[in-house]
Amino acid sequence: MKRLMQGNEAAARGLYEAGCCVASSYPGTPSTEITEEIAKYDDVYSEWSPNEKVSMETAFGASLAGRRSFCGMKHVGLNVAADPLFTVSYTGVNAGMVICVADDAGMHSSQNEQDSRHYAKAAKLPMLEPSDSQEALDYFKAAYEISEKFDAPVIVKMCTRVAHSQSLVEAGERQEVPERPYEKNIAKYVMMPGNAIKRHPVVEERMKRLADFAETSGLNRIDDGSDKSTGIVTSSTCYQYVKEALGDKFPVLKLGMIWPMPERKLKNFADTVDRLVIVEELDGFIEEHCKILGLKCEGKSLFGYLGELSQNIIAEKLGLPVTRGRKLDDSVKIPARPPLMCAGCPHRGLFFTLNQAGCTVLGDIGCYTLGAVAPLSAMDMTLCMGASVSAVHGFSKAGGKNVVAVIGDSTFMHSGMTGLANIAYNQSKSTVIILDNSITGMTGHQQNPTTGLNIKGDPAGKIDLESLCRAMGFNRVRVVDPYNLKECADVLREELDADESSVIISRRPCALLKHVKHNPPLTVDTAKCVGCKSCMKIGCPALSMKGGKAHVDETLCVGCGVCEQRCKFGAFKGGE
Amino acid sequence: MTTKNIMIVGVGGQGSVLASKLLGHLLTKQGYDVKVSEVHGMSQRGGSVVTYVRYGDKVYSPVIDRGQADFIVSFEILEAARWLDYLSQDGQIVTSTQQIDPMPVLTGAMNYPENLLAEIQKTGAKVDALDCLKLAEQAGSSKAVNLVLLGRLSHYFTDITQEAWQEAISECVPQKFLDLNRKAFDLGRNA
Repeated sequence: MKRLMQGNEAAARGLYEAGCCVASSYPGTPSTEITEEIAKYDDVYSEWSPNEKVSMETAFGASLAGRRSFCGMKHVGLNVAADPLFTVSYTGVNAGMVICVADDAGMHSSQNEQDSRHYAKAAKLPMLEPSDSQEALDYFKAAYEISEKFDAPVIVKMCTRVAHSQSLVEAGERQEVPERPYEKNIAKYVMMPGNAIKRHPVVEERMKRLADFAETSGLNRIDDGSDKSTGIVTSSTCYQYVKEALGDKFPVLKLGMIWPMPERKLKNFADTVDRLVIVEELDGFIEEHCKILGLKCEGKSLFGYLGELSQNIIAEKLGLPVTRGRKLDDSVKIPARPPLMCAGCPHRGLFFTLNQAGCTVLGDIGCYTLGAVAPLSAMDMTLCMGASVSAVHGFSKAGGKNVVAVIGDSTFMHSGMTGLANIAYNQSKSTVIILDNSITGMTGHQQNPTTGLNIKGDPAGKIDLESLCRAMGFNRVRVVDPYNLKECADVLREELDADESSVIISRRPCALLKHVKHNPPLTVDTAKCVGCKSCMKIGCPALSMKGGKAHVDETLCVGCGVCEQRCKFGAFKGGE
Repeated sequence: MTTKNIMIVGVGGQGSVLASKLLGHLLTKQGYDVKVSEVHGMSQRGGSVVTYVRYGDKVYSPVIDRGQADFIVSFEILEAARWLDYLSQDGQIVTSTQQIDPMPVLTGAMNYPENLLAEIQKTGAKVDALDCLKLAEQAGSSKAVNLVLLGRLSHYFTDITQEAWQEAISECVPQKFLDLNRKAFDLGRNA
């Protein structure tokens, strides 16, 4: 029977059915659930690794050893793993190796809107693009066949709307794939210049064979249409928008394999229609290739480079009618509801301390990026994973003062350690704050090397942050409780004033973790509250002003007591 | 049949995930093609969240566009207003009357719009507003607003039997919360 399945769950099912044996990933929206779902299958070894580069190299090692392997990541994660990616293209694989990259057009939960299809072209690797959950399952299975047939890792590109949408899926059975025994082959696997020079032509020759495969593969198909005045070339979730908007009106060439592209198929399709329109999100990847082939087509001139498309956008740009909703009177102003740090979030106290100290805060990637939101506004920069630690060193070396780096425990493990090594080695007077909330928060609570648990929640190795920092040569390693504002302020001042670099570990588990016990909600003694709004400066969603007095929303408050420490009038009372 | 569209809107953490899971399960069992789309990650942290549920003979797009929602099921009035542009011309809003101040209101930078329900009605939209929080608490937990809303929504699905709803609830809700959720659903349905 068909079952409703999220794209990521279907991807995991496909990996399972294809006989994948080793899966190693770093969490990143919208890719995370693939590996979480794989972890539910006992036939597959799965893990969270410290970062995407490590994941990809782990998957490569498993492929080399003879087992089908997988690594999954979000688009920016592929930047981290780009180093192995470009050369694993040269070595090829032993057993099949599949890489998933999940793009985030619309930036629902990302710092940029890069189009990862360029990686397939740049690294000379095949890339598949499913458009719904059933295709996710089918394409991940097909990817292993292609990988082994063409001796190449295969990239499957997901996007938010495929990864996080549920649609009906017919699941199959797992196929046990025999091990491909490892055979020593120095010329193929040791990429020193003399060997790599001989592998490059193999890669180019492989691209030609893959291009031939693309011409005949069922992954690229044409849906016929009654009106040949326009023909559409599209892929991924855009295919669904096109069909929704146009039905069977115009013929559609759907590319399931986005690289290499089927050149003859594209040319032949173009010959059958009067006007060729390319519908794709973000960059004009298909369009540019069509233009290289000398095909006259339109795409980005209609749809632009920004954000997600939809059925209405496509209809409108093709001159078809679109639906319109109802409009509120112009006088009604709807306040935005941006995401914010949860009530009781341990990061709040620390960011309030930084705000009060007037620090320049070089931030990083995680829930705590929300420290930039008013009223805390305690972040000056967020670039990529680990950048806080490296940048605070540069900032300090350039003479910057009163500056700190803030980075979460998981992000520190991902790529903060190398920046810290640079501080230790090149001796800047930098202060690095590790926000240790004992979990990877933003992506929905994944374990990491500091938590002592593995992906299945079983006991695992646990890296001790204090010992690690001391071993790197930091004499000043302090631990503070972010619920204690005075302690945070005192320690921050001492470390900023110190004449050497230091690490402050702000330690308290995420308030959303199931095992964290909350205190009863606080209440406000309205007789004592003078309405000074001092408590409002911490930006807690459980606090508001009602009738000129502070008010605590008892359904949200977890009794962290940070607001209570702000009140000079003793108006907050601990809950009973 | 043509594709029908339900939007579930609210504030991150209010329970829209279970609501969409239950609807998706129910509609799949009714034999429809179904797509459910939601966004995970940063927006879940107390931000405005939206889930799309679409069903019919053949569903393509996973998202609902402006003017296409047959139903907007809303956990919070401001969120119903925010997504009003997505309601179809004869669409129906089913909303909880709960108000949750967003940060610009908490900090005093903006006001929560006055008489918002009336403003929504002024546009000609059909609105079924209910104090779902009160009913959820009556059922035993403020977290059961999602089932109160679904109970209310079930009114409008004349072709889906009460038994089918009950079956979907028992298949989607953990056993230990089943009674609570059934009670919440009934309170919404019969309100």
